[in-house]
Amino acid sequence: MEKISTLTGPIIPLRYSNVDTDQIIPAKFLKRVTKTGYEDALFHGWRQDPDFILNRPEYANGGILVTGADFGTGSSREHAVWALRDFGITAVLSPRFGEIFKGNSGKQGLLTAQVPEDAIEQLWAAAEAAPGTEITVDLNEKSVVSGELRFGFDIDDYTRWRLREGLDDIALTLQHEDAITEFEKRRPSWMPTTLPAVASDA
Amino acid sequence: MGKTLAEKVWQDHVVVKGEDGAPDLLYIDLQLIHEVTSPQAFDGLRQAGRPLRRRDLTIATEDHNTPTIDIHKPIKDPTSAKQISTLRDNVAEFGVRIHSLGDKEQGIVHIVGPQLGLTMPGITVVCGDSHTSTHGAFGAMAFGIGTSEVEHVMATQTLPLKPFKTMAINVEGELRPGVTAKDIILAVIAKIGTGGGAGYVLEYRGSAIRALSVEGRMTICNMSIEAGARAGMVAPDQTTYDYIKGRDHAPTGDDWNTAVEYWETLRTDDDAVFDAEVSIDANELEPFVTWGTNPGQGVSLSDEIPAPDSFSDPDDRSAAKRALEYMDLAPGTKLKDIRVDTVFIGSCTNSRMEDLRAAADIIRGKKKADGLRVMVVPGSARVRLEAEAEGLDKVFTDFGAEWRFAGCSMCLGMNPDQLQPGERCASTSNRNFEGRQGKGGRTHLVSPLVAAATAIRGTLSSPWDLENQNDQIAKEA
Ligand code: SF4
Repeated sequence: MEKISTLTGPIIPLRYSNVDTDQIIPAKFLKRVTKTGYEDALFHGWRQDPDFILNRPEYANGGILVTGADFGTGSSREHAVWALRDFGITAVLSPRFGEIFKGNSGKQGLLTAQVPEDAIEQLWAAAEAAPGTEITVDLNEKSVVSGELRFGFDIDDYTRWRLREGLDDIALTLQHEDAITEFEKRRPSWMPTTLPAVASDA
Repeated sequence: MGKTLAEKVWQDHVVVKGEDGAPDLLYIDLQLIHEVTSPQAFDGLRQAGRPLRRRDLTIATEDHNTPTIDIHKPIKDPTSAKQISTLRDNVAEFGVRIHSLGDKEQGIVHIVGPQLGLTMPGITVVCGDSHTSTHGAFGAMAFGIGTSEVEHVMATQTLPLKPFKTMAINVEGELRPGVTAKDIILAVIAKIGTGGGAGYVLEYRGSAIRALSVEGRMTICNMSIEAGARAGMVAPDQTTYDYIKGRDHAPTGDDWNTAVEYWETLRTDDDAVFDAEVSIDANELEPFVTWGTNPGQGVSLSDEIPAPDSFSDPDDRSAAKRALEYMDLAPGTKLKDIRVDTVFIGSCTNSRMEDLRAAADIIRGKKKADGLRVMVVPGSARVRLEAEAEGLDKVFTDFGAEWRFAGCSMCLGMNPDQLQPGERCASTSNRNFEGRQGKGGRTHLVSPLVAAATAIRGTLSSPWDLENQNDQIAKEA
C-alpha cells in the first residue's frame, strides 16, 4: 500500500446520492477471481449511456470523485473499491458513506473524505462550469482545495494514520500474535469448531 | 451502568483493547466462506506466504452462483464455473471443510451455519457477505466483511474494529395473522431509512420479537444491513436454545450446561443505555411491500404509491422520482393493482422451512395466476429434503411453481435465474436495487405470505385479500 499525503486530480462530479455498490460494480463482475483489472466494470450500467460523466475524455485517466450522500451503501463487495481504484479514482468525496465501503476503502488505500453537502454542491458547480477543474485532497491538513474553494473534511484518525503510513492490515495485527494465542487458550470448550465434520455430512 | 447485549459480546472478544481511537482487536469465532468473496483472499494468503490460522473455525459452501436446476451437469457459465473450481482448489490447498453442490449441507451460507448448529449465542461470526447479520438472531455478533478482511481473519482469526453504537428497536404488541417478521423489518427500514442504522448494532426487543421463532428472528436480523447497520441481534432465550439443541455442532453434556449458563447472561441489563431507540407498534402492522429501488421505499400493501413531492427531504424526493421512473410506476397507484410477472420465494431472508410451509399453506390446492412464473428456491439442500419429506415440493409443483435446488438464485441473479428487462417480480429477498435480480428487472420486496397470495392473484396481494375473495365468492354463490 502506497503512503498518501496529498492527491491531485480532476473533479469528477457525480450528481447522484445513494449510489449503492451494485451500481458501482454490478454483480456479474464479481465472478472474476483476480484482484485487479476492474476498470471496465466501474459504473458499468451507467456507462452504457454515452453522456454519462465518466465517459467524458477529461476523466479518462480517473480523478477525484465528488458525489452525493450515502455513497457505497449496500453489498459488502470490495470489488467496488478495486473498480474505483483501477479506473484511477484516488479519492471519493461525499457527505456520507456506506459503512462497509468506507472500511474497505481505508484498507485498500482509497481515501474517503466526508465533506459537507454544500461544499459538494460548490465543487459540482465548479467542475461543471469548467470540466477538468483540478482538486487537491490534503490528508495531512484534512482539507480539499480547488481554486478559490477550500473545505475541511472528516476522516477518522485511525484510517488517516494508516493511509499516511501506507500500512498493511495483517502485518499490523500479527504484531499481537502473543495476545491472540493467549486469547485462544481461554476459549471455552462449548464454542463451535467446524472440524471434525460430524456424521451427518457423510 | 449496565451493558447492552452487543457490548457484552464485544467485550468478551477483545484480544487487544485499542488506545487513542485505535480499533479493538476482536477475536472471530467462526468464518463462513463462499465462492465469490474468497478467491482473492486465498490469493492474498498465498502471495504473502501466510498460513490459514484456524481451519477449524472456518467452513465453506457454494451458493452465490450455483445453478438451481441440472445441478449434476457441468456449470455452463465459464466465470461461475471458474469461481466454483477456484474455491474447491483453495479449500483443498488450505484444508477447509466444504459443502459443495450436491452435498446435503450445501446451501446459502447464512442458512448453512445455523442449520449445522455452528451459529450460537455469544459468538462472533463473519463472512464476506453483508447479510451475515442473519446470525445475530441467536444473540451472536455477526457482520459482513470485505475480501481483505476475509483474508485478515484467515491469517489472524481477528479483526481490528471500532465498537459499534447501539440502537434498540422495540417492537411491542402482537402481529395480526398474515403479518410476519418480514413485515416488521420492512417497516423498520421504512421508518429509519437505509442510512438510519449506519454505525449501529440494532438490538430487536419487545414482546413481538420474543414471540417470533428463531427463523423469523433471522429474517429480521438478515435485513439489518438494509437499514445501514453493521449487525442486528436478538437476545437468546429458550426459543433459541430449543432451536440449537441436538444440531450437529451444538454443545453436549457439561458443555451444553456451561453454554446455557453463559447464554443466560447475554441480556441487555435493565440499566443499560442505548445510543438510540426506535419503537414500532406490532399491533398496527400490515403486510408491507416496497415500491421503489431501495428497501426503505416501502409502504403497507393497502396503500398507494407515494408522490415524490410528499417527501420533505430533497434527497428522498429525487430518489423517489428516479425509483418510480425505473419501476415504471405512477404516484397514486394502488399497490394492489400492480401486476407482476414473476414471484420468487427464496434467499437467505426467507427460504427456510417456516417460510416454505407458510407459502405452501396459502397456495395448497390452488393454481397460480395465468402467465405468471413462480420460482421456489429452498435455502439449502437440507431444507429442500425436509420440505420434500413433508410433501411441500408437490404442493408447489401442483400449483404451477418451479421447485429448484438450493442457492442464492434470483436474489442477485448471478446464476441463470434472472429477470428479463422490464419484468416485475414479487420477491421474498432483501434487495430491490436497480438490476439486482437481472438487468432492467423490477423488484417488490415482500413476505412469503404476500408472495404466495400474489402468485394466486397475479397482482400484489396479501393473505387478507384471499379471505376477502373467498367471502366474496361465498356471498355471490
Ligand atoms: S441469498 Fe442473496 S442476500 Fe443472501 S447470501 Fe445469497 S445473494 Fe446474499
